[in-house]
Amino acid sequence: MAAGFKIAEPLEYHRSFLKENCRPDGRELSEFRTTTLNIGSISTADGSALVKVGNTTVMCGIKVELTNPLVEAPGKGFIVPNVDLPPLCSSRFRPGPPGEQAQAASQFIADVIESSEVIQTEDLCIERGKLCWVLYCDMMCVDYDGNVLDACIIALLAALKNTKLPEVTINKDTGAPEVNLEKRKGLNIRKHPVGASFCVFDDSILIVDPTAEEEGLSTSHLTVVTDEKERLCVVHKPGGTPLSAEKLQECIGRATARQREIQKLVDKVIHSVKTAQ
Amino acid sequence: MMEVCGSTNVSLREFGCEQTLLSRPDGSASFVQGDTSVIAAVYGPAEVKVSKEIYDRATLEVLIQPKVGLPSVRERSQEQCVRETCEASLLLTLHPRSSLTLVLQLIHDDGSRLACFLNAACMALMDAGLPMSCLFCGVTCAINADSEIITDPTAAQEKESRALMTFAIDSKEQRVMMSYTKGSFSVHELQQCIAVSQKASENIFQFYRDSVRRRYSKNL
Repeated sequence: MAAGFKIAEPLEYHRSFLKENCRPDGRELSEFRTTTLNIGSISTADGSALVKVGNTTVMCGIKVELTNPLVEAPGKGFIVPNVDLPPLCSSRFRPGPPGEQAQAASQFIADVIESSEVIQTEDLCIERGKLCWVLYCDMMCVDYDGNVLDACIIALLAALKNTKLPEVTINKDTGAPEVNLEKRKGLNIRKHPVGASFCVFDDSILIVDPTAEEEGLSTSHLTVVTDEKERLCVVHKPGGTPLSAEKLQECIGRATARQREIQKLVDKVIHSVKTAQ
Repeated sequence: MMEVCGSTNVSLREFGCEQTLLSRPDGSASFVQGDTSVIAAVYGPAEVKVSKEIYDRATLEVLIQPKVGLPSVRERSQEQCVRETCEASLLLTLHPRSSLTLVLQLIHDDGSRLACFLNAACMALMDAGLPMSCLFCGVTCAINADSEIITDPTAAQEKESRALMTFAIDSKEQRVMMSYTKGSFSVHELQQCIAVSQKASENIFQFYRDSVRRRYSKNL
């Protein structure tokens, strides 16, 4: 009976749960799904992480390459993020060039990197005007069950913390760079941005960490990214029904709490990897 | 016209708007904010591709064309923002199984372009006579190094700012429909910027009203 009701009247089905202040998967309105993190899962990448938020799974791999800096910014390296939503992760995505959602997600991650200054591109410069690093950060969704943006940010942060840059010396005689793959050192991570996503149901009920089904039925989305100093990096609300100031304040409060939780998780996982080695 | 604004009075650049300037679209408008200029065209309600058909409402497609070159990832993300804002204000359920297309062509960019896109979009939708539950307008705020809030910044002011926020404000209760931010800022600064934008939105809605009134007084 309940299964039929869910298919025939999905919105009514969700409303009947929300009326009782809970959600179909047993969570409370302001409860996140269980988040698990695995670091260094891709041995061929220079840094990698796998994140699961409930069923949503995102993998991030970071590849570093040497390149020439731009003439207009001789002292800066590059960070190139890319979010991939392949047909593997959900039936809503078709094969072919990236769709609007994937492109918007890539732009969002680029904005997060730039606004939060998680890494300063100056740190990626090896020799001014001559040589710098480019970080290709590829995030791939393996299982799409809503809230990919949050999962992408966690995966990116963890992968960046896991990335080790090889030492580069420039040969004085030939001017050619020499890479010492044996000697590596970590990136300088300046900030720890973490996102929290929210959905608005029926213009009034606020829920956190929506599943794919909840995302589809809600009238508005909001993603707030904060760092450890409780400064806001991104407040992204791509339209939808208007939100009052009190609700926005509530979201920001929840986002700062989430930032602390995730930073603790990332630190714990990195520590456990270190002790295992 | 461009001034730094205090918390009480809000200054915007010179605005300009012309509706029905194109003959082919069902609704069109050009919107000018200082030197930033955008042309918007609306087609529809028209027939929809089967793959994009939604059974209980119209499908809205937004296309943003930059001044030179092809639309890039940045345009896609702005398209998403404009589309979802329009979807929330349009009564799409009145035109099920049909398509609406909104094309925004950037003519010149001198800062606050997303705000200008939103304003042009709203004027074009109004011109097309599509049923809407409320109007909306776009306001950009920049916070400069001295922590002053500048509304409707120019490209040079945007470059110097440490944070940049664009909001879409609805005309009914002046609440935030869309928000797009760059740079880091405190909660207090966000609230200040929202308050300033809400104030600025009153001026913009008054401008909407005046320009529509001027247009119809000519026609009659």
